[in-house]
Amino acid sequence: MSVLEVSDIGISFGGLVAVDGVSFAVEPGEVFSIIGPNGAGKTTLFNLVTGIYRPQRGSVALDGETITGLSPYLLVRRGMARTFQNLQIFFRMTALENVMVGCHLAERSSLLADLLGLPSVSRQNRITRTAALALLERVGLAAYADRPAGSLSYGVLKRLEIARALAANPRLLLLDEPAAGCNAVETETLDALICAIARDGVAVVLIEHDMKLVMKISNRVLVLAQGRRLAEGPPQSVRNDPAVIAAYLGDHGSREADRAQH
Amino acid sequence: MLVALLRSRLAALLLLAAIMALFPLIAPSAFYLRVAALVWIFALAALGLTILMGYAGQVSLGHAGFLGLGAYGVAIGPAHLGLPPLLSLVLAAALAGLIAYLVGRPILRLKGYYLAIATLGFGMILALVFNSESAVTGGPDGMAVARMTVLGWRITGALNWYWVSAGALLVGAWLALNLQASPSGRALRALHDSEVAAAGVGVNVAAKKLSAFVIGAVYAAFAGGLLASLNGLITPEASSFMQSIELVAMVIIGGLGSVFGAVVGAAFLVVLPQALTAFQEYEQAVLGLLIMVFMIFLPDGIVPTIRRWLLERLS
Amino acid sequence: MAEFLQLVFSGLTVGAVYALVALGFTLIYNASDVINFAQGDFVMIGGMGTVFLTAAGLALPVAAFIAIVAAVMVGLALHRFAIQPARGASPVALIMITIGASIFIRGVAQIVFDKQFHSLPAFSGSDPIHLGGATILPQSLWVMGGALVVVAGLYAFLEHTLLGKAVLATAANRLAARLVGINVTVILALAFGVSAAIGAVAGILVTPITLTRFDVGTLFALKGFAAAMLGGMGNPLGAVVGGLLIGLLETFGAGYLSSTYKDAVAFVAILLVLLFMPRGLFGGRSVERV
Repeated sequence: MSVLEVSDIGISFGGLVAVDGVSFAVEPGEVFSIIGPNGAGKTTLFNLVTGIYRPQRGSVALDGETITGLSPYLLVRRGMARTFQNLQIFFRMTALENVMVGCHLAERSSLLADLLGLPSVSRQNRITRTAALALLERVGLAAYADRPAGSLSYGVLKRLEIARALAANPRLLLLDEPAAGCNAVETETLDALICAIARDGVAVVLIEHDMKLVMKISNRVLVLAQGRRLAEGPPQSVRNDPAVIAAYLGDHGSREADRAQH
Repeated sequence: MLVALLRSRLAALLLLAAIMALFPLIAPSAFYLRVAALVWIFALAALGLTILMGYAGQVSLGHAGFLGLGAYGVAIGPAHLGLPPLLSLVLAAALAGLIAYLVGRPILRLKGYYLAIATLGFGMILALVFNSESAVTGGPDGMAVARMTVLGWRITGALNWYWVSAGALLVGAWLALNLQASPSGRALRALHDSEVAAAGVGVNVAAKKLSAFVIGAVYAAFAGGLLASLNGLITPEASSFMQSIELVAMVIIGGLGSVFGAVVGAAFLVVLPQALTAFQEYEQAVLGLLIMVFMIFLPDGIVPTIRRWLLERLS
Repeated sequence: MAEFLQLVFSGLTVGAVYALVALGFTLIYNASDVINFAQGDFVMIGGMGTVFLTAAGLALPVAAFIAIVAAVMVGLALHRFAIQPARGASPVALIMITIGASIFIRGVAQIVFDKQFHSLPAFSGSDPIHLGGATILPQSLWVMGGALVVVAGLYAFLEHTLLGKAVLATAANRLAARLVGINVTVILALAFGVSAAIGAVAGILVTPITLTRFDVGTLFALKGFAAAMLGGMGNPLGAVVGGLLIGLLETFGAGYLSSTYKDAVAFVAILLVLLFMPRGLFGGRSVERV
């Protein structure tokens, strides 16, 4: 059964149709990329899936369970986590604390116990700390653990967000432009990280503009244009689809994609 | 080592306790003890506000309303309902918490200055009720408050009140410090920085905000009850707009989100009128000036700025 | 019927003052996104200033003019020394700054003036005029007429002068205004100055009826703000309608329900608007993005 199944989903904002009947499914361990020109509705689609917008039609199912329109904080409980295009990092907390917050759902503690500082709280803090450190190591940021997030570089913060998202132990991970603003080296690191995550059985859905990255690591690609599905399939077939080339890739993008295959 | 100390919760608590223990030894007279007791009491109220504003990042310009609830509760309980003062205090704090819960649910959906104005409106309505229901509250002139008794022991005298209020603050500080280093505390600080991301990791943002609001209200109510018992008198001034602004000023000047900041801020604003007795009429102007200067030039407040400066020097 | 009409006259009179305060709020908010809590204190400066200057021997129009100028200078100083240095601060920080400014102005007023209530003689006598079975004070007509003149003048200024259009442009998009060569700092200062003048005029007009004191600013600010919110924050027409509505609601509430809770009307209105229709009656500018 697919981890994520989106059926005929749609939303309009005051007369402007942002997403128009898009359907797709993602399997566990798959890297599924969504590409398309600016304004194609990619982030809106993300927001529909992750509960930030309520779809006006269609449905979303996670592991067969309908989750359409549920609030974001409930979706995490069901195994979905995401990162944000505009870096929603907790800037006044340290890198480690950022990931520790990611472990929120796994933490067993009541407000009363927290106020009274019971031994269970110290124990929970220790457990969370250990888990968070392990996650930082996984994304290669263990050295930054006690640094305030506000002092870290952009590329580091992108990976920190992924670590935080992984802390919730998701079956489905949605990455919103993870490589945006990253240089070639950072993108390589990211690419290795995403593949490793997928290898662990997590379904990864990404929105991306970096064609090289998309073509290199994706199992399947969905092309959106004007809120509608333009093409879907393995990178190769999408790359060669004339409609896609015309609407989006153009000659330059096509050459980039070619370079990625070699 | 010093860095660890600056970060340690226990050290902060011990330092506060040490200051509290030493002060009576150097206080020249009972008057100073009384002022100090007022500092501890207002610090308690400010602490509640800093949990709401500093940890959770929500603004309240009507917090004195809860202070008033605690104060009038302690007055009305014995006078009109025949309840013992201590029980009245506890009930008043519980009532404040309940009202905070009911009012908080709709109001905390608002953000930024809309939230600020809504809390302001709420505080003013409470103050108006205290001012107008003369039969129950004594109206603008207020009402007398029965002496506080704890298990038969009547609390009188500056020194006794000093210890009682110091003890209350110490408990409040201990709870606040525990909260800061706990899962709930992290969740609150997270939603302060990014509500979207906090929701994205599973934090029930609405519930957490509400819990901060309720905790802040209960702190303020306890402080209000102690204040009324200490003074033996309560007037609607205690829940006025000016009082709410003073509480916010304490938190801002002392340092948002810092336990010591609440104490320093309270000390600042309680001692200020005392220091200015000769220039009493300048009090408002100075207060206004202080608020402006701190908000423009030192928005982090005294304690966090000092702590950061110390940490930078030591690293 | 007579009583009803009486309440309408009272309500419109005090409503006209709230409308002017709300208009001042709106002007500053539109130009700078700042909620200026000191708005009510401009009303106080107008009233108290005129009182003390006439007591010192100046003729009423001269005293009034100087008081307005004083208010404008305070408004400009507020912008230059409190708002401008804090550029980029959060909306809440800005509110706190203006609250601090309001307290400061009040504190200074306490020293410069005094703590008593003061009044001014009515401009054209205090014999009530009989209208439809009810009476209306000539001063009320001054208030309502004055408000009308101010509103009309402001409208003409914004819509039909180049400077006014620059203000509108700045309100619509500050960066774009800057890019087309508008000196935004000057425009912001202008907004503060004009708001102060409007507030001061309101204060002078209403003092013969409601008296004035160093601390009347706070309540005027809160009610003016309620009016601006009710009409739709940032909408000038809304500010005026909101002001009149709050005035009427308050007066009718005092007349038919309870006079002790008269002031509560504005606060309850604020809460209801914020919770149920945050964009106000006429739809203000966009509410904070979630």
